Amino acid sequence: MDMNEIKEIFFQECEEQLAELESGLLKLNDGDRDPETVNAVFRAVHSIKGGAGAFGLDDLVSFAHVFETTLDCVRSNRLEPNQDVLKVMLKSADVLADLTNAARDGGSVDAARSRQLIKELEALANGELPQAAVAEPVAKPAPVAAPTPAPVVNEEGFQPVAFSFDDFETNEPLAIEPSTFEILFRPKSELYAKGNDATLLLRDLSRLGEMSIHCDMDELPALASMNPEAAYFAWKISLKTDKGEEAIRSVFEFAEWDCELDVMLAGGDHAGAGEELPMQPVPFDLSMLDEEVPASPGAAEDDDQVAAQQREARDDAVSAAATASNVLQMAQTARASAESNRSAASASAAQAAAQQAASAATPTIRVDLDRVDRLINLVGELVINQAMLSQSVIENDTNGTSSINMGLEELQQLTREIQDSVMAIRAQPVKPVFQRMSRIVREIADMTGKSVRLVTEGENTEVDKTVIDKLAEPLTHMIRNAVDHGLETPEKRVAAGKNPEGTVRLTAKHRSGRIVIELADDGAGINREKVRQKAIDNDLIAADANLSDEEIDNLIFHAGFSTADKISDISGRGVGMDVVKRSIQALGGRINISSKPGHGSVFTMSLPLTLAVLDGMVVTVANQTLVVPLTAIVETLQPEASAIHSFGASQRLISIRNSFCPLVDVGRILNFRAIQANPVEGVALLVESEGGGQRALMVDAIQGQRQVVIKSLEANYTHVPGIAAATILGDGRVALILDVDAIVAASRGQSLKPEMLLAAAG
Amino acid sequence: MTYAAKNLTTGGRELIAFRVGGQEFCVNVMSVREIRGWTPATAMPHAPSYMLGVINLRGAVLPIIDFSARLGMKPAEPTVRHVIIVAQVKSQVVGLLVDAVSDILTVADADIQPTPDIASDFERSFARGVLAIEGRMICLVELDQVFPHEEREAA
Repeated sequence: MDMNEIKEIFFQECEEQLAELESGLLKLNDGDRDPETVNAVFRAVHSIKGGAGAFGLDDLVSFAHVFETTLDCVRSNRLEPNQDVLKVMLKSADVLADLTNAARDGGSVDAARSRQLIKELEALANGELPQAAVAEPVAKPAPVAAPTPAPVVNEEGFQPVAFSFDDFETNEPLAIEPSTFEILFRPKSELYAKGNDATLLLRDLSRLGEMSIHCDMDELPALASMNPEAAYFAWKISLKTDKGEEAIRSVFEFAEWDCELDVMLAGGDHAGAGEELPMQPVPFDLSMLDEEVPASPGAAEDDDQVAAQQREARDDAVSAAATASNVLQMAQTARASAESNRSAASASAAQAAAQQAASAATPTIRVDLDRVDRLINLVGELVINQAMLSQSVIENDTNGTSSINMGLEELQQLTREIQDSVMAIRAQPVKPVFQRMSRIVREIADMTGKSVRLVTEGENTEVDKTVIDKLAEPLTHMIRNAVDHGLETPEKRVAAGKNPEGTVRLTAKHRSGRIVIELADDGAGINREKVRQKAIDNDLIAADANLSDEEIDNLIFHAGFSTADKISDISGRGVGMDVVKRSIQALGGRINISSKPGHGSVFTMSLPLTLAVLDGMVVTVANQTLVVPLTAIVETLQPEASAIHSFGASQRLISIRNSFCPLVDVGRILNFRAIQANPVEGVALLVESEGGGQRALMVDAIQGQRQVVIKSLEANYTHVPGIAAATILGDGRVALILDVDAIVAASRGQSLKPEMLLAAAG
Repeated sequence: MTYAAKNLTTGGRELIAFRVGGQEFCVNVMSVREIRGWTPATAMPHAPSYMLGVINLRGAVLPIIDFSARLGMKPAEPTVRHVIIVAQVKSQVVGLLVDAVSDILTVADADIQPTPDIASDFERSFARGVLAIEGRMICLVELDQVFPHEEREAA
């Protein structure tokens, strides 16, 4: 594994941490005060900082550090995570994400923005309120009268420490006077294994004050018996600083669990001792000693008590436990503090344990997406092949009980199971996309000076990864439009008697084998008069064209259409909604808009769960074989002549259990035949469409039910209205998959080719 | 003159000649992926009349265009003797139904005569020139123009 691979893994983890961070912050924003949520947020930033430090990503580290400090104030209940605070934090999370991306892909970030946020974060960490805080960092250090450390820090230009430690000082009465600490730092091999470096830690430590270091090399064995990856050195440090013990410990925070660390006030007092001293009689674990301190046979007696006493302990196993509390004072304190770090700082330790437990419960692996895709393609071909095989066996072998047939049936089941499992690999919750949207809402709201709340629902709805990936772009466009065009300014909202804060609601749910994503805003709705005028100005429609409200609403999906008075950065370049519509259609989906003037607009997108397979009913229409998605079909029935009623000139209704349902001749709608077929000779498929209405689709015959692999028509041809996609049947021929909703919409009088109609009208 | 630019290195170009309704046409060999026999196509709804439908080309959906009908001549009545030229047009792969493939020609750019200006706009739109080979007249076809891009963009 080279460095780049490790770095790539770090960035992948960063992405997860950033998602965790954002969802945590959003939870806090919604009033969640669970300490575990705060901890999760803190942990996320902490991990990013840790990893970034290992890779020398200084910008990232310095920002994460300030962020973390502020979060720590929240964690320790020194800072109330109210709306204002969270606003800053959410922005910081965005900047952190930007910095991470910049670190990965190169490029630059808005330095002014991150500097501004660092200031805001520092202010939060120092003061209690965002507004009051601005002056404080300047005011505070003066009474403390710290002679050396603070300026030194700044001169070296070391940003992580450039923020003030005032928050520690206010809570650390011990540290007001410069005092001398005796620090024992004994790294374990794990510390080095994790990429930390004792030198760097010591260097950081030296920035806290005047320091003298004594390196204890007594553990170092003879060269022959030395394990090159083991840790042998320990350091005794005497540090004179006005920072508290906490500041010292924070230097070691990434190394905390991988070293023995003892911080004592000079004179033997255990600094911050209260909780830790009672921890001393922790049973002394000899096996631990044996493991972690390598035998050093040739080492002479030394001036360092620790090593000597440890050796003593090993010699006399029986008395070790009994004498632990007095004889092995030093060694034990080290152990005890390590122990107490684990148990007394219970929150973080418990989380770590919980995290470990969770990851132990469901081990996961990272797999290259290409590999999964290849597998899915292969399984797709397998399904086609299996269908072709079945068909040829049926054609050649009329004996239905032969072993070949039984084997085939099992093969069919297996193929299906393989396919389901493979598809499950790709199924992912839509959450990451939704989370990205909350950032976009924040940014747009900032730019437009509007106050917006994004409410998301059903973010755990699972859908194929490809669908998720392709969803982000159209959704971004739509969110931008909703905030920029949809919502009014706060003043206008108040004037209209609405809450000044606009709401954008993003919902995902499964509905009859598809995923339906709804984006609703409570803004002004579509200004139909304006849209109409614009369409006339742009020659999209004739000035005297008679359009229904629905048709006018749908004009916004037309290419080159934008009603924004002034072209803004955010939207209004007229490439928005038609791009959205096209990308949704390319996914085999549909998009609808319904708008109520004064109450807002709702965009409804319906997308397939997977882009690979579909359960379908194979039917014949005018000698053509078509596939109707099974999910759309409610029931099938053989109409009787008495159930068919003519309605007007060309419409026919079918009575089903005393209710009347419009009859739609699929062959006629698709232009496969010129005259309507006789319903009695065919089969009616009762379908339910997105709009909610039921329709009876007339087909000539049902051939059977089959799982089909979806093939794109757009790849080599073009989108065909009324047709969702194509597939390849067992006989090797292409069959078209019906787009039931489009057919139903067409039967409602809307043309199958709305765009062409418009072009003709213009 | 992108064609000329492409073929500067070889000094000439290879063309595949085919017959449709008694006339001869040719296309650049580089755009032809394969030549295969006719298989029944699945009709597409709302398609132009020259669009015969789609066939399965080893798992991909391939639209088939009746070249004769596309040129406004008599629509073909496909039989097993008909041939489909599978061609790459921009990013898409499409099939061209023709009566037969007749020849592979290597010609120099100088041999290509400009399209006579008596031709109607329609023919001029896809004809890139004419060739005189052994007393026959072969029309060089620009495939980009044969496939209905305009409609694709409008939809």
